[in-house]
Amino acid sequence: MNKIVLTARHALGNKVSAEALVAKDGFSARYDLNRLEGVFSRPSHKLVGQSYIGRILVLDTAKGGVASAWMLHEMQSRNMAPVAIVFNTVNPILAQGAALGNISMLAGFDCDVTEVVPQGAFVEIDPQAKTLSVLRAAAGESASVTFAQGQQSTSTVHMKPTHR
Amino acid sequence: MLLNDEERAMLNGEQGKVLQMAMRHQVQVGEFFGAHDLVPVTQAHIMADTESLGQAGVMWLERLSELSDGRHSVCIPTITDPRGTDFAKANELGQRDWMIELERRTIHAFERLGVSMTDTCINYQTVLAATRGEHVAFGDTGVVIYSNSVSGARTNFEGGPSALSAGLTGRTPRYGYHLDEKRRATMRFRVDFTPRTLNEWGALGGVIGRLAGNYWQVPVIEGIEVAPTSDELKHFGAAMASFGSIALFHMVGVTPEAARIEDVGGDRLPVHHRIGRAEVEALTASYAVAKKVDVVVFSAPQLSLYELRALAEICEGRTFKVPMLAITSPQVAPDAERFGYTRRIESAGGTVLAGMCFYQSYAREMSEAKGWKNLATNSAKLVNILGGYGYTPMLASMQACVNAAETGELA
Repeated sequence: MNKIVLTARHALGNKVSAEALVAKDGFSARYDLNRLEGVFSRPSHKLVGQSYIGRILVLDTAKGGVASAWMLHEMQSRNMAPVAIVFNTVNPILAQGAALGNISMLAGFDCDVTEVVPQGAFVEIDPQAKTLSVLRAAAGESASVTFAQGQQSTSTVHMKPTHR
Repeated sequence: MLLNDEERAMLNGEQGKVLQMAMRHQVQVGEFFGAHDLVPVTQAHIMADTESLGQAGVMWLERLSELSDGRHSVCIPTITDPRGTDFAKANELGQRDWMIELERRTIHAFERLGVSMTDTCINYQTVLAATRGEHVAFGDTGVVIYSNSVSGARTNFEGGPSALSAGLTGRTPRYGYHLDEKRRATMRFRVDFTPRTLNEWGALGGVIGRLAGNYWQVPVIEGIEVAPTSDELKHFGAAMASFGSIALFHMVGVTPEAARIEDVGGDRLPVHHRIGRAEVEALTASYAVAKKVDVVVFSAPQLSLYELRALAEICEGRTFKVPMLAITSPQVAPDAERFGYTRRIESAGGTVLAGMCFYQSYAREMSEAKGWKNLATNSAKLVNILGGYGYTPMLASMQACVNAAETGELA
């Protein structure tokens, strides 16, 4: 299959891989989740009702208050956390929470990551290399994935950050 | 990151494991955001209610507080955000013994670390307001946006672990709103409507926060025709931070860094959006989905002495049909009692609580224990938060909320 590799400006944590749960929506552990059940619970959230446990969340932006800095750690302690979170735009709280909770994180791309990563795709996060790789498409889907930035080649698509 | 000898010694564990943990955390976060170095800070404010911490967070704090090698207490004034309960009234809230026990353990751990348990999210009104240019490490988004914007201090959102680390090391990574260039306006808003009530100020903040959309945006606002009070800017900022994760705004002619729009670079920005009464009313209307009210809550942020005075005046001579909670800080509560505000509110059937905040106090469990679903409040911040906790929150003026407590319905 065609492989997409995205490069982030910000990264922390360990290399992990899992199924992606994607939405162009925000994220706050306090505002958006039922942490006891491990699902998105905010009625207006695009992922409402869906489980985030063991998934790599691919979302638009970090939202809300400061509680997520503790909550990611608490979720991790019960093995009811996402394995990684990927944002177009992150805020300090989610980065601080990921650091305490040992949850891998990438943020800051030169594309809209929620449009490039297919829903349900199996992806790998490598914080040391600051990369997200789409390893395979969702089960039952065509092997071909959406090309980034209009590219049509069958070789690996590398998307590097622009420095700001 | 560039570290001096003392900071490197902390990182290497030469000053004990507590400071090593704190410095490791700060370096990890600082490197994530490309911080060049650490900046000395003069105050820290820690958000650490036990609903957020959970059992794991409490145990993490306890382990830290029990380490005894090297310095293991904070070195700058370090205070706390609201707790998860008012210990004197936990039963009335339907809170369980295990919640109270977690709170007690957390307090004990913080006290061992030298933290002052102020339990307030309005420290800028009650404890020690930061001053212009002062670098601090504040948690609670409402505290951050007020201190950055209204006081002209410099802080990022510092979650509990980061604020505690700053209290311990006396430093924080220098990125974001500690830097001059990040404090320039990035989005320009023209407001054609000057709010009159606190819920309108909150709704206006919510509209701007939603439009601005992420932490790195700095709104500059033109068109406000009054000098807003501290309570009005408190609700305005808290809602903007809640709806948009915004940490800094400038209000032309009001906030200290924006005496003129060109002072923050706003004159070179196109007007991103004009906001009038219709936008503010639309946000409020979007929450007006029911008439029946199960509980009325004034909280988020905690009420100032003068909010409580206004509430006491409206409560005079009434008898409430549904519970009405008014939540303030431990610093304000004694004065509210001395001046008779608490008695007047509670004579009508309301309850004045101190040292907690509604959404930080096991809101989901309170809802289940007390049968509270439809909630009326004058806090735009609170309505934005509580949807995820299973409530149907509705936004209205203080007067309308008190009427709802009396009749059981929001008109």
